[in-house]
Amino acid sequence: MTDKLLSMEKLSIGCVAPPGGSVVNKTGAWRTLIPVFKQEDCIGCRACELVCPEGCVFGNPKEKKFTFDPDYCKGCGMCATECPVDDIDMVREEK
Amino acid sequence: MAEKQEILEGAMAVAHAVARCRPEVIAAYPITPQTHISEELSQIVADGELDAEFVKVESEFGAASVILGASATGARAYTATSSQGLLLMSEVLWNIAGMRLPVVLACANRSLSAPLSIWCDHQDAEAIRDCGIIQFYAEDNQEACDQHLIAFKVAEDRRVLLPAMVNLDGFLLTHVFEPTILPDQELSDRYLPPYEAVLKLDVENPATFGAFTEPDKCMEGRWMIHDACMRSIGVIEEMSAEFEKVFGRPSGGLIEEYQSDDAETILIAKGSLCGTIKDVVDDLRDAGHKVGLVRIKTYRPWPTAAVLKALSGAKQIAVIERGASFGAGGIMTPEVKETLYDAGLAIPVHGFCVQLGGREVPPDGIREIVERAESGEKQKVYEYFRLRKEILPELVPGA
Repeated sequence: MTDKLLSMEKLSIGCVAPPGGSVVNKTGAWRTLIPVFKQEDCIGCRACELVCPEGCVFGNPKEKKFTFDPDYCKGCGMCATECPVDDIDMVREEK
Repeated sequence: MAEKQEILEGAMAVAHAVARCRPEVIAAYPITPQTHISEELSQIVADGELDAEFVKVESEFGAASVILGASATGARAYTATSSQGLLLMSEVLWNIAGMRLPVVLACANRSLSAPLSIWCDHQDAEAIRDCGIIQFYAEDNQEACDQHLIAFKVAEDRRVLLPAMVNLDGFLLTHVFEPTILPDQELSDRYLPPYEAVLKLDVENPATFGAFTEPDKCMEGRWMIHDACMRSIGVIEEMSAEFEKVFGRPSGGLIEEYQSDDAETILIAKGSLCGTIKDVVDDLRDAGHKVGLVRIKTYRPWPTAAVLKALSGAKQIAVIERGASFGAGGIMTPEVKETLYDAGLAIPVHGFCVQLGGREVPPDGIREIVERAESGEKQKVYEYFRLRKEILPELVPGA
């Protein structure tokens, strides 16, 4: 059945797609601002990880180190807004 | 297998014809003048005469959503609605067309609010003209019944895979008792075998219908709806011919040409009004007038080639509509003009909105339209026929 489904290259009747479309569609391309995880004052509270609507912030609370996956981060800034110790900056991304 | 003619109310007859299509899921919400169709279908299911799931929903949006989901699992799905109900479905209907799901629905044509009216015109169906739903229009209850079988047959054809809608004029057909032959079950089963979906929702093989597309693919995804709709023209002709072979009735087809072969004046209309028009055509023919009717039975896809062939010999044309595009002209009139213009034919076309919200059009109204078309007057704007100016208020308050 998979050969009849929507892929990166081809459409299918009814635009029926296999699972995993949100992995294939790299929403990082939508981003204007990019987070900078400073890793200076992190207290390991996991707020950034928990509020990320894309589920693309991850890290280790014991080591107090968090980062994000730039392929999917849309740059919404919720992690930076919610960080209780202002350890995340949002900066304009230039390519 | 002799089929028996019975005296049946339109909506009841349609419900029994739909049951003979063996839909597996029906979801509907009551709205005048459609209600008798879904009411009778729920009775048929409750009585155990049809093995289907009848889903009671909270709105027409819910009804359309249920049949979308049901069809995506590979079930044959049906709903019926009218007017505001159809418009409440409209967001879902665009999705159904884009997901290429062959659901069938009936629209008991009724005016849109406001002002509130429960009576017939075609503005409800015409409001969703562009979404990729095949639209049939019945002249009488026999056609309304038979077109449901043809609708499923065409919609489910793998060359098409689009939703299809049978339009029957609210009250004028739904509530009128006419001699009707209900399609025989054995013949129906022969004509319409069970639906086999190409792709369907399946927990073992998960898939997303109508998935996200980037701008590099979306336009082609939309174009495929148009392509299938255009391809359905041939399929409608083929499946209508097959219907006639099995049942012996010419209920399908793209258009009906009534006395139009040698006609100098051709009227164009759809729906039950064509019964009145045919009577007027007969009278005028008796009086030596070369008048004919081209009845649009399939409105979407627009049957360009058939319409052009039927009209090409006319000296003047009058389109008689139960709809209008406020701020522009008619709905069907510009389509007729486009068909002629693209073929390089400069036949004068007059457009008349004869009825919104159930206004009656007596035979003398049709005769007046024929006279106006034949008078040589050049119509400058689409005309709201016999508009009662005497009841209008001051149109610019305080002016």
